[in-house]
This record gives sequence, structure tokens and C-alpha cells, in this order.
Amino acid sequence: MSGASAIGLRRYRSVIPGFGITMGITILWLSLIVLIPLAALFLKTTELSLDRFVQIVTSDRVLNALRLSFGLSLAAAAVNLVFGSLIVWAITRYTFPGRRILDALIDIPFALPTAVAGIALTNLYAENGWLGALLAPLGIKVSFTPLGIFVALVFIGLPFVVRTVQPVLEDLDKELEEVAATLGASRWTAVSRVVLPTIFPALLTGFALAFARAVGEYGSVIFIAGNLPNVSEIAPLLIVIRLEEFRYADATAIASVMLIASFILLFIINWLQRWSEKRVGGQ
Amino acid sequence: MNIEVVNAWKRFNDFTALGGVSLQIKSGELVALLGPSGSGKTTLLRIIAGLEFPERGEVRFDGRDASLRSARERNVGFVFQHYALFRHMTVFENVAFGLRARPRHLRLPEEAIHDKVNRLLDLVQLKWLSDRYPSQLSGGQRQRIALARALAIEPRVLLLDEPFGALDAKVRKELRRWLRNLHEELPVTSVFVTHDQDEALEVADRVVVMDKGRIEQIGTPEEVYNNPQTSFVNEFIGESVVVPIVVKDRLARWHSMPLPIDVSGLRDGKANLFVRPYEMSIVSPDETPLHATIKRVRGLGASRRAEIALHYGETDLVLEIDAPRAPAIEVGAFVGLKPRNYRVFPALA
Repeated sequence: MSGASAIGLRRYRSVIPGFGITMGITILWLSLIVLIPLAALFLKTTELSLDRFVQIVTSDRVLNALRLSFGLSLAAAAVNLVFGSLIVWAITRYTFPGRRILDALIDIPFALPTAVAGIALTNLYAENGWLGALLAPLGIKVSFTPLGIFVALVFIGLPFVVRTVQPVLEDLDKELEEVAATLGASRWTAVSRVVLPTIFPALLTGFALAFARAVGEYGSVIFIAGNLPNVSEIAPLLIVIRLEEFRYADATAIASVMLIASFILLFIINWLQRWSEKRVGGQ
Repeated sequence: MNIEVVNAWKRFNDFTALGGVSLQIKSGELVALLGPSGSGKTTLLRIIAGLEFPERGEVRFDGRDASLRSARERNVGFVFQHYALFRHMTVFENVAFGLRARPRHLRLPEEAIHDKVNRLLDLVQLKWLSDRYPSQLSGGQRQRIALARALAIEPRVLLLDEPFGALDAKVRKELRRWLRNLHEELPVTSVFVTHDQDEALEVADRVVVMDKGRIEQIGTPEEVYNNPQTSFVNEFIGESVVVPIVVKDRLARWHSMPLPIDVSGLRDGKANLFVRPYEMSIVSPDETPLHATIKRVRGLGASRRAEIALHYGETDLVLEIDAPRAPAIEVGAFVGLKPRNYRVFPALA
């Protein structure tokens, strides 16, 4: 017995000790914080019969809410990817007065209570607000429409793209661009064929984080959305409404669908990122 | 292509990287820029490449001012110390980069690009690696790929910044011989930066010795080695025994005793006598005022070295010279030293 365990110990011996305890804590912690609540969610959903479940999640109102949530989150993440990258480029590549202040401003959507952000954006884009008043003559309504949701999601997602891409771009070897220039590449060729592929994994991570944050966003959106069923009602809000009606199983059914869809999307993004990292890293 | 640098100045904040450097490089030459770190050699190379622009002065290609042309327009091949290969591209695509980056109307057809890249990969003997990624290659292989990539654009001049600096000693030696052979096969005007004198002396047609943003001496490897023009070159290139002397009334003196060496052209004051370790003879103490005691004899076979304490005031100055095979010398013996060949320069400061 003791001989067998000694052999076992030897086999798992590593120069980096502490695998047992760190792995144990990791699994315990993940169970407490993530897995058990999620399991409870799915367990609650099983109170429903399969027919009932399908009926709930394929009802027009639920489908519209899910479509709105995922569609706008993807769109907001895409916009953040483009403008976030431009911002990163400006603050890492150039030095100009006020750069530090600009850099600090980017974190504000992280720290600001989402309700405050929602109310501020709503007032700003309302028809009598500063920006809304300018857009109204053009026939563009932002507050209380899906466009308003989109604006809120862009706002909260921006720092995720900037903060993930920034360190990678800062570390990017200047010589790569110099060598591209000596080989006759134009600026555009150097950026598109050398810089972008190198920071691509970081861009994907930023996109995934901004997307995940947007899907789960509740606080800022409900103020600006107007919350019209089938038009500007996001899935998280619909879940809250079902909870308030004491239809817990319905709420968990919608939540399960969101969860599975998010998981699949994030898994695909993660896989893409691995694949591109492998290409960049070689091996 | 002839390259001419005329009175180039470059400063980085308070640091003067180049303080008025002029240099001519003939077409087809292989020139080494040699100097310690901070001597401005890399800055000079980057100015030729168009990666850095001088505050004053000109760079001329074949007599025409190229100072305002960007790196992109100069058609130079540049090889970095750390290769700067594109990690996300295969070896083949790395070499093809410059060909594919051309504007559409100048671009070769795909077939011609393939032929050319394959020919270059043959030239650097790495065709079998064309589908690999840079991270799968060794340092020496990476540097050869970087060179093939630079040659793909048929550069008018090839610039190499410490090309072998990141490689281990054995690969370094192989690669520098290989570079020398390549240059004979493909005589592109080439300039390479190094802080390794062996590398410069072995590979280059001409060596430019730099220190503190200035050129100290330009010459063939034989010239800079056998006939150093300045105190710095003397100390930097090859090994030298340095004996501090005083020049007074056009005579060299060692502790106020006259030394039989030629100091014509030198002003009165402190000076240094430079002697190669193999140019110092051990003689009888009566023949010379340079008196010394043999401390130690090291080494076997062809190269034997003697550590000799030169009696210099209160303290001894320990020198290392080549020990003669015959007559045999003994540790502890009191001897005299006599340089067979030497150079004298005024002592700095």
C-alpha cells in the first residue's frame, strides 16, 4: 500500500510543486462560484416539461428578446473592435499632451455604476437632450429605441477591447514595421500584413470580452431601451419580468438558452483565438 | 552602388550619436562598421537605410542625394540582429514579402515569385524549411532567412546590423565565412555593423573603426591592425601592452631615463607606448631601462604567455607578453624589455 503510493507520488512529482492543493482549490472555488449556481439554474429548468420549455423559448417575445440581445451585443462588440483598436493605436503609438488623461478616461465605463451610465446616456440622447436634439431633425431617434441599447452596449464594452489590445501593441517589435518598410511595403501593407495579424489574437479576446459583457448588461440598457416588448426588450430584462411574475421556471428557461448560446459563441471565439495564436507563435 | 555619407550629425536628446561623420563606400565593397556600444555605428547604418534621418549632413547614393527618400524608396536590404521575421508567415512567405508588397503594376506574376523565392532559399541552403514557421527554426537558420528576405528585393545595398550578434560562437564563425562567400558570389555593396573585431577583420574588405560618434580610422583589415592611427584604435583592435611614458625635449623617458624609441612629431607631455605582445623581446637588463621581473609563465605548446611585472615607481605594472621558446626564461628572473615594433600616442587627458 505504502509502496504503491510512493510510486504514485514519484510519478506525479514535478519541479513545480503544489499541483494537488491548487487544483483542489480551483475545483472547489469554481464549483462554489460558477458550477453550482449554474447547475441550480438548469435544475430549476427541468421543472418544465420539454414541450413547455420549447413553447417558452420559441415564443415570439422570447425569440425577439434573444435576437435583440445577441444581435446588438455582436454589433456593439464589432464597433468597439474597430474604434477600440484605433484608440489603442493613438495612445500607444504617439505621444501628445493629455495622453495620460485620455488613457485614464477609457476605464470610466468599468467603474461607473451602470445605472448612472444608462440615465446619463438616456438624457443625452433624448429628443430634448444635447445630442438627441441634434439628431432629431435628421429623423434619428436614439433614446427608447434599439439604437439606444446599441449606444449603451458600445459604451460599456469599449474598455475591454482597449485594455486587452494595448499591452500587445505596446510590446510589438518596432523592427517588424521597419523591415517591412525597407522591403518596400506601404504603410497600409505593413499594418494589414504585419501588425494586424500579430495582434489578431488580442483583438479576438477583446471582442469576446466586450461581447460577453454586452450580453449580460442590464443596468444601463433598461433606462435607455424604452423596453417595448418585441421591439426594445432585451433578454435579461425579460428574465427579470418573469421573476417578478413569480414564473421562475420560465425565467430559468430563457436564462439557460442565453447561457448555452453565449457558451457556444465564446467557445468558437476562443478556438479561433487559439488557432491564430498558434499561427503567430509557431510550434 | 556607391554610398557617400557627408558630415552626418545625429543627436538623441543630450546624447550625440553621430558627430559629423563622412564616409565613402565603393560599389561592391563589403564594409564593416566596428566600434564599442554607443559608438554610433548602428545609427550610421540606420541613416544609410533611411530608418533614421540626420539633423545635418547628406547621404548620397551614386552621387545623388538620398537624404529625403524614405526607407521604402531607397531599395536597401536591412537585416536586424534579432532577425525580425514575420512570425505568422511561413519561411516562404517571409522571403516573398518584399515581392508581394510591390504595387500591383510592378508585381511579378505568381509563378515568377515562386521561382525567385525558391532560388533564394537554395542560395541560403534552406529550401527544405520553406513551409516552416520562424519559431521552428534555429537562430542561424532564422538569420539566413532574414538575409534571403532582404535579397529578394534585389537591393542596391545590403545593410546588416550585428547580424551574428545573437548567435552562439560556433554558428557565428560558420555564418561569417558563409557571408563572405555569398558576397563573392553576389557582390552587392554591403555594410555590416559589429562590435566583434575578429568578425570585422575576417569578413570585411574595409573596416571603419568608430568611437563616440566619430570615425577613428578607415582602412583594410591589415591597415587597421598593423598600422593603427589613433590611441583608441590601438587599444580597441588586437591586444596591446601599454607602457606609460613621458616625452620631454623630443626624447622618450621612462623614469627620467631616456628610452631608445622614436617620438618625433610628439609634443612634450605624457604619452603611451603601445606594443603587441609578440613584439616585445626579453633582453638583458643592461640593454634597456625597462626593467622587469618574470612572475609567471602560462600555457603549453605554441602559445606561451609570460606575466611580467614592470618596475614602475612604487607599484609594479603587470604586462602579458608572448614568452620566447628559447632562451628559456625562469620565473623570478630579473630581465629587460625591448620593443621590436611599437607605436606612441599622446595620453588622453
